[in-house]
Amino acid sequence: MGKAKVKRASTSIDMTAMCDVSFLLLTFFVLTATARQPEVLVVDTPASTSPEKLPDDGLGIISVADGKIFFGVKNPNVREITLKNMSQKYNVNFSAEEYEKFKQLDEFGVPIKNLRQLLSLPDEQRTESIQPGIPVDSTETNSNELYSWVQEARRATIEFNRSREGEQNFVDPGPMKVAIKADAEEKYPVINLIIETLRNQKQNKFSFVTGLRHEN
Amino acid sequence: MAELNQDSGKGGKGGKVRAKKAGGKVDLTAMVDLAFLLITFFMLTTSLNTPQAMDVAMPDKNKMDANDNLEIADNRSITLLLGSDDKISWYYGQLAKPIYPPTTIDYGKDGIRQVLLRMQKEVPQRADGKDLIVVIRPSEKSVQRNLVDILDEMRIVDVKRYMISKINSDEIEVLKSEGLFND
Repeated sequence: MGKAKVKRASTSIDMTAMCDVSFLLLTFFVLTATARQPEVLVVDTPASTSPEKLPDDGLGIISVADGKIFFGVKNPNVREITLKNMSQKYNVNFSAEEYEKFKQLDEFGVPIKNLRQLLSLPDEQRTESIQPGIPVDSTETNSNELYSWVQEARRATIEFNRSREGEQNFVDPGPMKVAIKADAEEKYPVINLIIETLRNQKQNKFSFVTGLRHEN
Repeated sequence: MAELNQDSGKGGKGGKVRAKKAGGKVDLTAMVDLAFLLITFFMLTTSLNTPQAMDVAMPDKNKMDANDNLEIADNRSITLLLGSDDKISWYYGQLAKPIYPPTTIDYGKDGIRQVLLRMQKEVPQRADGKDLIVVIRPSEKSVQRNLVDILDEMRIVDVKRYMISKINSDEIEVLKSEGLFND
């Protein structure tokens, strides 16, 4: 009797299941990826070798480009409380609708008296060219609006964290962090004004937002 | 595998000979390739999108006395004056009687980093084993990139003590004389 030949297994593999899984994953990643909103103020940050990443929450960002200063708080709920505190401090009143619009506003660069006007515009008209930047100077009074914004945002963060204390599995994320996102070509005096504004309210720690580069 | 053509007509009792349909099998290899390529792309772009943060800590401000300056031993400190045109002027000791007088130097690996590495070795020998202190003084003609670059060098070279402080008029004169105070 001759040897029984071992039957060769077919080389073609069934790809259907693999295809299913990969498309499922693909769909998942596409849906979970948050679409990045186009920035109002385009900032070309310098690069550093720092391995630290910018946190996603509990952060206030001061953007600087062409001498204009913009401010934004990451968390929409904190944003709302911040605006409430600011409206008291500067005696500018906002309607419920305007609060809702402000919650959607990632960053802005207008004096507080012009904020209502900015909020009344549709999204696509809130361009950089109509926003002159937030007033900042070396004082600690109401004329230094950036000082007030940062201070009120820090208070709002604490207030917001307190209001969540009762929730299950709640871990206090701590105070708000401040990041300065300045253009690579921004002159130092403007940066210095911001740093001094932060130091005046004992916010001695902050981060510079940078890109990533190699050591050499 | 999903097969669309159900060839059940084999044992047909003298039925018509059916024309064999084209196979329902599709080669999915290319489709899987594409799907994984897209997955990889989305995964990488979502995580790489977050920018880096460079942490800076400033000393507490003394509001009572703005001229409250910390005294540092002359032989421990080098001062970096950030000028215009992406150049630095650095000196060792006090400006009035420097141990090394102000010298112009570039940023980066072949410029300031070599100086910092050399001084890191030299300073402990001169100052009884105490380590180097770097004072960074950005002038008003320097830009944000200069400041980030120099803070980055501190991290790369691992300088333990450094601070950002205010430039004074004598130092601005130094920058002017070296031609590093242009717009």
